[in-house]
Amino acid sequence: MAQKYLGQAIKRTEDPKLVSGLGHFVDDIKLPDLHNVCFVRSIHAHARIRGVDTSLAAALPGVVKVFTGEDCRGIGSIPCASSLQGLKVPHHPVLARNKVRYVGEPIVAVVADSLYRARDAAEAVSVDYEPLPAVVDPEQAAAPNSTFVHEEFSDNVAYVWSLVGGDVDQAFKDADRVIKQRMIHQRLVPAAMEPRGVIARFLPGEKELTLWSSTQIPHLMRTQVAIMLGLFENRVRVIAPEVGGGFGSKLNVYGEEALLGFISMQLQKPVKWIETRRENFTATIQGRGQVGDVEIAVKSDGRVLGIRYTVLADLGAYLQLLTPAIPTLTGLMLTGAYRIPNVRMDVTGVFTNKVATDAYRGAGRPEATYIIERAMDLAALEFDLDPVDVRRVNLVSKREFPYATATGLSYDSGNYEAPLKKALKISQYPRWRRHQVKERKKGRYVGVGVSTYVEICALGPSPAMPAGGWESATVRIEPTGKITILTGVSPHGQGQETSFAQIAADMLGVALEDVLVLHGDTGVVQYGIGTFGSRATAVGGTAVYGAIQKILKKGMLLAAHLLGVSRREVQFRDGKFFLKNDPTKSISLQDLALASYTARKLPPDFEPGLAAIYFYEPTNFTFPFGTHVCVVEVARETGTIKILQYVAVDDCGTIVNPLLVEGQIHGGVVQALGQAFMEEAVYDEIGQLITGEFTDYAIPRAGDVPWMQLDRTETPSPVNPLGIKGVGEAGTIGATPALVNAVVDALRPFGVRHVDMPLRPEKIWKLMQKETS
Amino acid sequence: MPDELRTIQVTVNGTKYDRQVRCRKLLSDFIREDLRLVGTHVGCEHGICGACTVLFNGQTIRSCLMFAVQADGAEITTVEGLARGGQLHPLQEAFWENHGVQCGYCTPGFLLTALELLQRNPNPTEEEVRIGIAGNICRCTGYQHIIESVLAAAAKMGAKTV
Repeated sequence: MAQKYLGQAIKRTEDPKLVSGLGHFVDDIKLPDLHNVCFVRSIHAHARIRGVDTSLAAALPGVVKVFTGEDCRGIGSIPCASSLQGLKVPHHPVLARNKVRYVGEPIVAVVADSLYRARDAAEAVSVDYEPLPAVVDPEQAAAPNSTFVHEEFSDNVAYVWSLVGGDVDQAFKDADRVIKQRMIHQRLVPAAMEPRGVIARFLPGEKELTLWSSTQIPHLMRTQVAIMLGLFENRVRVIAPEVGGGFGSKLNVYGEEALLGFISMQLQKPVKWIETRRENFTATIQGRGQVGDVEIAVKSDGRVLGIRYTVLADLGAYLQLLTPAIPTLTGLMLTGAYRIPNVRMDVTGVFTNKVATDAYRGAGRPEATYIIERAMDLAALEFDLDPVDVRRVNLVSKREFPYATATGLSYDSGNYEAPLKKALKISQYPRWRRHQVKERKKGRYVGVGVSTYVEICALGPSPAMPAGGWESATVRIEPTGKITILTGVSPHGQGQETSFAQIAADMLGVALEDVLVLHGDTGVVQYGIGTFGSRATAVGGTAVYGAIQKILKKGMLLAAHLLGVSRREVQFRDGKFFLKNDPTKSISLQDLALASYTARKLPPDFEPGLAAIYFYEPTNFTFPFGTHVCVVEVARETGTIKILQYVAVDDCGTIVNPLLVEGQIHGGVVQALGQAFMEEAVYDEIGQLITGEFTDYAIPRAGDVPWMQLDRTETPSPVNPLGIKGVGEAGTIGATPALVNAVVDALRPFGVRHVDMPLRPEKIWKLMQKETS
Repeated sequence: MPDELRTIQVTVNGTKYDRQVRCRKLLSDFIREDLRLVGTHVGCEHGICGACTVLFNGQTIRSCLMFAVQADGAEITTVEGLARGGQLHPLQEAFWENHGVQCGYCTPGFLLTALELLQRNPNPTEEEVRIGIAGNICRCTGYQHIIESVLAAAAKMGAKTV
């Protein structure tokens, strides 16, 4: 295939409307008679509801109806797709009855003819609470004398899950040193710039419920909402219009979607709910939330023989779609890019009186990378080795691929040394090490952090996924020769309208402008899985590739027929079918398409039309990798961190569009910086979220982030024909430990070996108030 | 009082509007609902994220922190007013060229913030752009391509009046 577009920095076809303010997000959709829904949410982390008085609210002007949990008994439980053995799945109602279990849990839904009136009415609802002791700390939750989040269970333990590979006990016997460290992965708020939102419209005549939802998974949502409401799935249509970021927080089925559908059916009116930012902080899933003890068995040359990780996962009060599954991903990637033959992870997932945790950009894998990359630095510190040397001793070498990990995975392809070498060169690593020594003598504290990460992407082979891991594409060559692609993924900023058009345009030899990519509407697109887990291009793009292959195969048949030769004599290139031995005899794709639709001269048994649907099932995950190097200086007077250099060399397999890849890395690194230095969902002892708005929850701004120097290596994946690995989460996975390692390295003269995130100035300042060693 | 109706006159993107609004209505809601200019996005409703930024008599404001009645007599520019005669503004072009947009939700606020910045300082350094746009949050791009976009627009616009 010609490479006119593939691999090129093509500017996005999505952008003209977005820079003009002409895109349509959920809140921008206007329907006649649209009513607004507002929620009354729990102000307590744990309380019995003694009563709800909605009479005042119902009497206010413009109020149509007030719904309580009792009114919604017929709606099914909010779904959890995870099926871990022994998992306790509590009933998760769309509106709480009897009891509330986290601040922000919805209790009452008010419907009015304007947003302002709906808000007034919500204020007028009175809920009589009997507060109960709140279970906030996951360790407390696991203690035998704890209050129960769910009375029907005998404890707060939702599940226990273990992963064992090799002989860990022997590894620890053989070690020269055993290094232990407790590490905390604080809860984070995904905080997509567009909050969640739903519009529901039930048409009683057509018996069709349409939901416009800010989601990453329109098809899975359609299935689940249909189940929750007892509707036929094919009478539910979910449309994800422009979606303003997700980062995993919209990879879910929330109560609001089914509830809005129910309300629309009850009232026979279209209704809308747009999440407020406070709701987004308190009632949309949060990320991370692990407290774990890491142990590594190390030889004196830095070789890591084994790793143990015992962790409490803070699940929150209820299980959202993938809540229990996230920590299991940590286990799979625990050995990182290293030849560590012995591994054990024990997860205890506990219920707490907080909003559920679930997938947030990286989803369990940033935790794994952080653990192993911090552990590598701890090993270096223990034996006074260079952290880079410790990594080199342990890295899987390029001759070992496909590499079978002790956790049961098969790393597809890699050359881990290549980005490491490149990153060290760009960074001028030895120079920084010399600089560091010089500066320390002057009382200035410079630190260098390295992370040689590997991640698991292109989620994933269906047997390993809770709801299918394949992806679908329909490609249609329209009668005029224009190309329409219907993809099952649901991009929301990643740019697949462009990158899929690049794939199609090159394969079909047409101009990029001739290709239109449609997505995010279950009424238009065949069933698909959606966008998450760095899967859209690697899995969804391969589905596009497969559909086009099918079309070309069919096109060959017709072309041969029209050219009056046998199929073997025809070739396709640059938009033309032609005779191998006489390229002047040809038919263009456009003419062939028209001929396929007018259907006057078709081969026998030839289906008219030129379209194909393809469901691509990946045979494995893909494993992108890279090296990030970060250099910081920490100020003893203030505890502030200044990033002097940030280098990221990433390998995400074959690149479709380097501009988009850069954008993904930049964004991911900055979210990682948020976790490393700034962000934390802080709950107080009674379960109030005290970082519940942008005013209290620090998100990196332009002045907080470094200039990132990016480079890459390109090792194609053998898993799919295009060689794509995926890049959506590389930043949050690879960068966090590089940032933290750099700061801990700077603090070495103060005897510091580990600091838990976020590394806020006060914490750093305190550590720097003692004498240096 | 909050539900009282007042008549206001505003000029938005060069078009004059005479509208009755409730006193309590936020300017952001007025722009989005009453004028149907939905390019102005609301990200937090408490003035922190900058998504709802518009130019108000030439200066950036957070339209979620003002009431529509306070805009009586004002001249407002929203993202829809940047392009002229079907031609994108150089800033819009630069955001497109340099991949300064991912999900696009924060973009209108960034464009108007950058416009004000370049009007004040037509030739900013990278650091000045960083500080200039630090009042707006973007969760997708990591800001680097936005900064490059603003610098590229500044270069393109050169000495021309913004």
